[in-house]
Amino acid sequence: MPTMNIIEAVRDALRTQMRADSRVVVLGEDVGKFGGVFRATSGLVEEFGAERVIDTPLAEAGIIGTAIGMALYGLRPVPEIQFGDFIFPAVDQIVNELAKFRYRSGGQYPCPVVIRTPVGGGIRGGHYHSQSPEVLFIHTPGIKVVAPSNPYDAKGLLLACMRQNDPVLFMEPKRIYRASKGEVPEGEYTVEIGKAAVVREGTQCTVLAWSGMTSIAEEAGKKAEAAGISVEVIDLRTLMPFDIDTILDSVKKTGRCVVVHEAPKTAGFGGELVASIQERALEYLEAPILRVAGFDTPFPYTLEHEYLPNADRVLGAIRQTLEW
Amino acid sequence: MVAVQAQDDLRRVLDDEGKPLPGVQVPAIPEDTLLKIFDTMALVRIMDDRMMRLQRQGRLGFYMKSIGEEASHFAVAALRASDWVYPSYREQGAWFWRGYTIEQFVNQLFGNEKDPVKGRQMPVHHSANWLNLVSISSPVGTQIPQAVGTAYAAKIAGKDDVAMVYFGEGTSSTGEFHVGMNFAGVWKAPCIFLCRNNGWAISVPTEKQTAAKTFASKAIGYGMPGIRVDGNDLLAVWQVTSEAIARARAGQGPTMIEALTYRIQGHSSSDDPSVYRDPKEPEIWEKRDPLNRLRNYLRHCGLYNEAAEKAHSEQVNQAITDALAAVDHIPAPVVESMFDDVYEELPWNLREQRQYLMAQPRTKSPHQH
Repeated sequence: MPTMNIIEAVRDALRTQMRADSRVVVLGEDVGKFGGVFRATSGLVEEFGAERVIDTPLAEAGIIGTAIGMALYGLRPVPEIQFGDFIFPAVDQIVNELAKFRYRSGGQYPCPVVIRTPVGGGIRGGHYHSQSPEVLFIHTPGIKVVAPSNPYDAKGLLLACMRQNDPVLFMEPKRIYRASKGEVPEGEYTVEIGKAAVVREGTQCTVLAWSGMTSIAEEAGKKAEAAGISVEVIDLRTLMPFDIDTILDSVKKTGRCVVVHEAPKTAGFGGELVASIQERALEYLEAPILRVAGFDTPFPYTLEHEYLPNADRVLGAIRQTLEW
Repeated sequence: MVAVQAQDDLRRVLDDEGKPLPGVQVPAIPEDTLLKIFDTMALVRIMDDRMMRLQRQGRLGFYMKSIGEEASHFAVAALRASDWVYPSYREQGAWFWRGYTIEQFVNQLFGNEKDPVKGRQMPVHHSANWLNLVSISSPVGTQIPQAVGTAYAAKIAGKDDVAMVYFGEGTSSTGEFHVGMNFAGVWKAPCIFLCRNNGWAISVPTEKQTAAKTFASKAIGYGMPGIRVDGNDLLAVWQVTSEAIARARAGQGPTMIEALTYRIQGHSSSDDPSVYRDPKEPEIWEKRDPLNRLRNYLRHCGLYNEAAEKAHSEQVNQAITDALAAVDHIPAPVVESMFDDVYEELPWNLREQRQYLMAQPRTKSPHQH
């Protein structure tokens, strides 16, 4: 089984599905000959031609708007938004249009568009190349939000997204695009949308994370183990619909929970997870559920290492739940 | 105030009385098509009148009339059924032309169980995928890049279908107009941009939307032709649309058409034009009424039959009366249907919320309709 990084896994998923389904087209800024600024689409235009790997003019609302029209006509567009931070000009097309087409047309017009976009900080990108805008779209009925943390899941989830009929925001963790490596099967396989993965088993505290924060949570888990604390780490993988069952099973077992995310803390997705858990499992909880998150500031440039949650902060929160 | 005089760059076939202008080429529209357009235009006029009265009686929540602008609706008559149309919200004629029925139209307005969009949207937000008529959205301009995507998809798929998108002149101020026009120009997408310049975007006149002399002139910047047409002249609308369609099918790319017309009445049932415009302004345009001009043209060609128009009018009125009578007996969509079609399948959170709602006592709507 070949070893791939996340970029290679994403590219492999695109190539695999484009070979399997002639309706799949890729579009976005620089996705053609340049292969995307992160090279996710490298080599695709050579194999599939410029009509299926489309370099668009520079306008995100146009990329998503035209992708919608393509999907309605019967294609399977996979637009790329170069950075998650650049998605905002397309928010009306995503929130009011893409996510609503099936519903507002009474089911007449499904709109299977899979939007790929790199998210997260840690790459010295400052405010406009570092944000994690997931909660905006999790709070948008009609679109699924998927956020893999490793190459295997990236390929399997992207293939699953391209094979179902709802719009998806597929968030890719750009900080570990190349750093995260792992075995990835060749050819076709899928990872089920809506299913979390227990990436580390433990008994005393559950840590929920996704995307670039999964590896931070795992690191915290290792540090905790060295300190004699048994931590279970769950990688959510899909944020909407999130896997409430796996989360509850774990929290009921451990009695404690810490949620980790990069996006600002207030009204972040962590808040929703905390609320959902306490509504269903309050009697199992030994301590308040804590959040380790980005601060309620714009994403800083020079001080990004201070902004981002790290393993020590996660470990600190774990200890706090144990000592409560 | 919109210029009403014929201008050098304004394509016209008929004069204000409905007679062909000297020296113009009259498009060869088949007689039965012409008569069907006339009947459908008359249907729109009757429907608008009946529905607005219904709204004023408090039986209907909201309505948007199109009186005076109907000729522009029939740009779609030059299309094939396999072509796609992205309407704005004031092209009732396009819907009826393609086969949307009076019952479907009325049921949509009432958002009942037989509404094709299952009571999910306000009145006049139709959708008919079986007619390649795309679901209407309230935010203006969003449909423009979507239409370009559909047009380009047809090209990718190796078909010669075209997409036509309607919008008002106010919408030319949105980002999506420029984005869509630009994508279409670059891609040579087989897309027809039909700008209904009716002089007013709710209360804002054209001179507050653009400093350009015409809306059609905006096309130049996107590498496509921009054509102005007398939007109250059905024959001229047909002619310029047919030319644009031919260009698109031949792979020569998009065209923008500015159809010069006038919004005789308010923007919607919630509007009151007397607050912001001279009441004499509509009177000038009433003399150029598209239905009258078409009727006069039919008369000129010996195709008009007054008795037939009267019979058709009675038939349409009866069909509307029947549809409205039926509405009283068509229930609202079932409560649990609120959760359908958000996704293809219900995720757990929606299943849970549906179960919760169904266990609650039913809430009576505070609205009469």
